[in-house]
Amino acid sequence: MPHTPERLRRVVIDPGGPLLVEGPVKVALGDGSIATSRRFMVAICTCRRSRTYPWCDTSHRRRTKRDRELP
Amino acid sequence: MTVTGPPLPSARGELSAAVLSALLGGRPHAVSVDGRDPYGDDLQLALYLLYELHYQGFAGVPEEREWDVGLLALRRPLERRFLQALRADVPPLSDAEQALGDLLVEPVGHDGTSVSHHLERDGELWQLREYAAVRSLYHLKEADPHAWVIPRLRGRAKAAMVAVEFDEFGAGRAEEIHAQLFADLMRDLGLETAYGHYLEAAPAEALATVNLMSLFGLHRALRGALVGHFATVEVTSSPASRRLASALRRLGAGAAAQRFYDEHVEADAVHEQVVRHEVVGGLLDDEPRLEPDIVFGVHATGLLEDRLGAHLLKAWRQQRSALRVPLS
Repeated sequence: MPHTPERLRRVVIDPGGPLLVEGPVKVALGDGSIATSRRFMVAICTCRRSRTYPWCDTSHRRRTKRDRELP
Repeated sequence: MTVTGPPLPSARGELSAAVLSALLGGRPHAVSVDGRDPYGDDLQLALYLLYELHYQGFAGVPEEREWDVGLLALRRPLERRFLQALRADVPPLSDAEQALGDLLVEPVGHDGTSVSHHLERDGELWQLREYAAVRSLYHLKEADPHAWVIPRLRGRAKAAMVAVEFDEFGAGRAEEIHAQLFADLMRDLGLETAYGHYLEAAPAEALATVNLMSLFGLHRALRGALVGHFATVEVTSSPASRRLASALRRLGAGAAAQRFYDEHVEADAVHEQVVRHEVVGGLLDDEPRLEPDIVFGVHATGLLEDRLGAHLLKAWRQQRSALRVPLS
């Protein structure tokens, strides 16, 4: 999908979740390295807990304390 | 015409025997479904055989029989029984946001009822191989049943559904089709990669999870349930895939095996967002009356996944195979 002046690139903020950006994208990281993704949509981690940073890996999700065991 | 495709499996009771006989050219004769276990081996295999005609069929069964009215007449009472059981067994809830919101909560500690938690922490290689064999019934046709919903959607829901499916089908690259990535994983685990190879070995609980997608995908009237099902898969996939990738690393599986689940951690973190906001949200805006069906799809998927998980974990804790035919 071309991003022309008439058709703007859409960025969606998920409150409590990632930043959704229409791909493909290059993300310049703080250490000078660059991460690229060619997906149609890219979820960029904002909670900093992702193990695949800068991409979201759902680590932001709310957690329950309860352990579950099979009966 | 066709004579290619996977071989027909053996019958598991009267219902599946009647379907097999009809597929082999016998005159279709209905066997009553009254009193049959809707989740049992016999009914689930009978349904699976008939649904499979809409995918890749079986060796020796002509392609034209997909729309054979005699076979369709055999299918109807089977799927009605299955659907009625599911409707009776899921909680009577109808708030889609809440149903999906509940799936977004992850346990902090170990979840002893979850197959991916088990495999990550305690799983053995033979269990991981059994898991891949069981899941191959779906993953070797990953995203196929969901494609059937596309002509039944409009606007935002349709555009977003197609975008996610595009990713599932490799974004234009055959070697990246998720079903192909799964075949690569199976090869790394020393499993047979032919489509349908593990049907004979698959327990009823595994057949039911695939029959659910076929049921929802093939019926326009169940498009809301299909969307609810798809949302459940995408929402639960990313964290489960991370645990499975970790299990594969711990047990020394090859690079291709890890690749499948690594891809799903990242892809499904995106798909979850797109499916919840655009596919579910778009369908709710377009056809708000489908909300109870969407919720039904979420809970029916959870119910059948829980049954499969309980079956696998019970067998593995007793150090025995969860398959009908143990792997060589």
